[in-house]
Amino acid sequence: MSVLERYEPLVDDMAALRAACERPLPPVVRVNSIKTTTERAQQALADEGIEYEQAEWHPGLFRLPNDQPGTNWPYVNGWLHGQEEVSALPARVLDPQPGERIWDACAAPGSKTTQLAALMDDTGLVVATDNNLGRISALRSNTERLGVTNVAVTREDARNHSLKPFGSESYDHALADVPCSCEGTVRKNPDTLDEWTLEHVHGIAGVQRAILGRAIEVTRPGGTVVYSTCTFAPEENEAVLDHALAEYPCRIVDFECPLEARAGITEWQDESFDESVTRAKRIYPHHNDSGGFFCAKLEVTE
Amino acid sequence: MANENEGERFDRLPATEAERVVEGRPTRPAVVAWFEERLGIDSAVFEPYSFWERGSGKIWAFRGEVESPVEIQGLGMTALRTRGEHWKPTLEAVQRFGAHATKNCVELTAEQARRFFAGQDQELDWEGDWGYLIVMHEIAGEQEPLGVGLYTYGELKSMVPKGRQREL
Repeated sequence: MSVLERYEPLVDDMAALRAACERPLPPVVRVNSIKTTTERAQQALADEGIEYEQAEWHPGLFRLPNDQPGTNWPYVNGWLHGQEEVSALPARVLDPQPGERIWDACAAPGSKTTQLAALMDDTGLVVATDNNLGRISALRSNTERLGVTNVAVTREDARNHSLKPFGSESYDHALADVPCSCEGTVRKNPDTLDEWTLEHVHGIAGVQRAILGRAIEVTRPGGTVVYSTCTFAPEENEAVLDHALAEYPCRIVDFECPLEARAGITEWQDESFDESVTRAKRIYPHHNDSGGFFCAKLEVTE
Repeated sequence: MANENEGERFDRLPATEAERVVEGRPTRPAVVAWFEERLGIDSAVFEPYSFWERGSGKIWAFRGEVESPVEIQGLGMTALRTRGEHWKPTLEAVQRFGAHATKNCVELTAEQARRFFAGQDQELDWEGDWGYLIVMHEIAGEQEPLGVGLYTYGELKSMVPKGRQREL
């Protein structure tokens, strides 16, 4: 657990964080509103005798303490999608409206893509980008099972995303849920911390900066970009935001966070960051009994 | 050149026979008419949709418009296979649009639905058309489309793709 010790200066109760990280997460499913309603999905689960617990902050999320998500009729009908609870946050923060144009920069395997599509009532356009064919195959299988028809899938490096196939028109919003060092997923993937290196943190931070930068470039002025990771590392969170503020036309805005969260930090080791990064939210596993997460909302300026 | 099907490229279906440049490519009206004639799905359901071919005979339904042709990895969902004499809808299209169907829908019992989704063929009494049918089952108190079956000679063959089959 030496990786987690690194974050001791940021955390209120290190023992509680450590303990939370050692508990596995229950499987969680999200109701797919393209195909059904929360009420009918509840009835279908009840009819099959599947116990569930509704998340207080999101009525369409059910924790299944005794079951796996993939082996029941509502899943087979595309009514449910297995998705970690905290990962349902960024699409809600982005809050896309029906008919809008959205870019999902790091889309596979598509949990957030399909959630964005559902929030838009499967209208408008979601361009879902990933650079790995195997992961794109998983993304496509999820969009199809969930009945999503407003998604266009592109295989590209998100840093060089091309608007050309889509009439060179900018987006209303973009989601940059970037690849990261993933300490926040330790409850699902206990090996994550063994594979952690500072070198990787610094390398991936360069990729994150470029993806967030591209997301800002392809979004119209007045549009929003949501930046999220599942790491606690300030190098991959506040430092990336600080870089975007300096290099791209954007500002960080406040948002209501339905989960208990801590503000983004302005100092880490020898670095200090713009005061407005405190509008970002840090989500620790011991506060909501969830995975760890980081989420910020940016507005694109002229 | 746009005169043949290419594996990595989506081409919008032509609006009329006269506009067709790729031999054998169905027109948009022919696809919409197939869903209406075979399954009784009102053509208005597909008004917001454009239809695309990628590879030979694989038709995709996309809610929206982009410039054709377009070289990307996905555009909406696969909806229909038009290779061969009998056109075949996909499981995904049937689950997405099948609630609008008014004919060639067969309702299975829970036990029959279990066999169907496990990929098994089964004997079935069915008075209607032979060929591809929408297989329905009851979930949360209502009939819902589940997949595609092929009915011939008193038997319903499961068309559930291997990767989607489940023992429930």
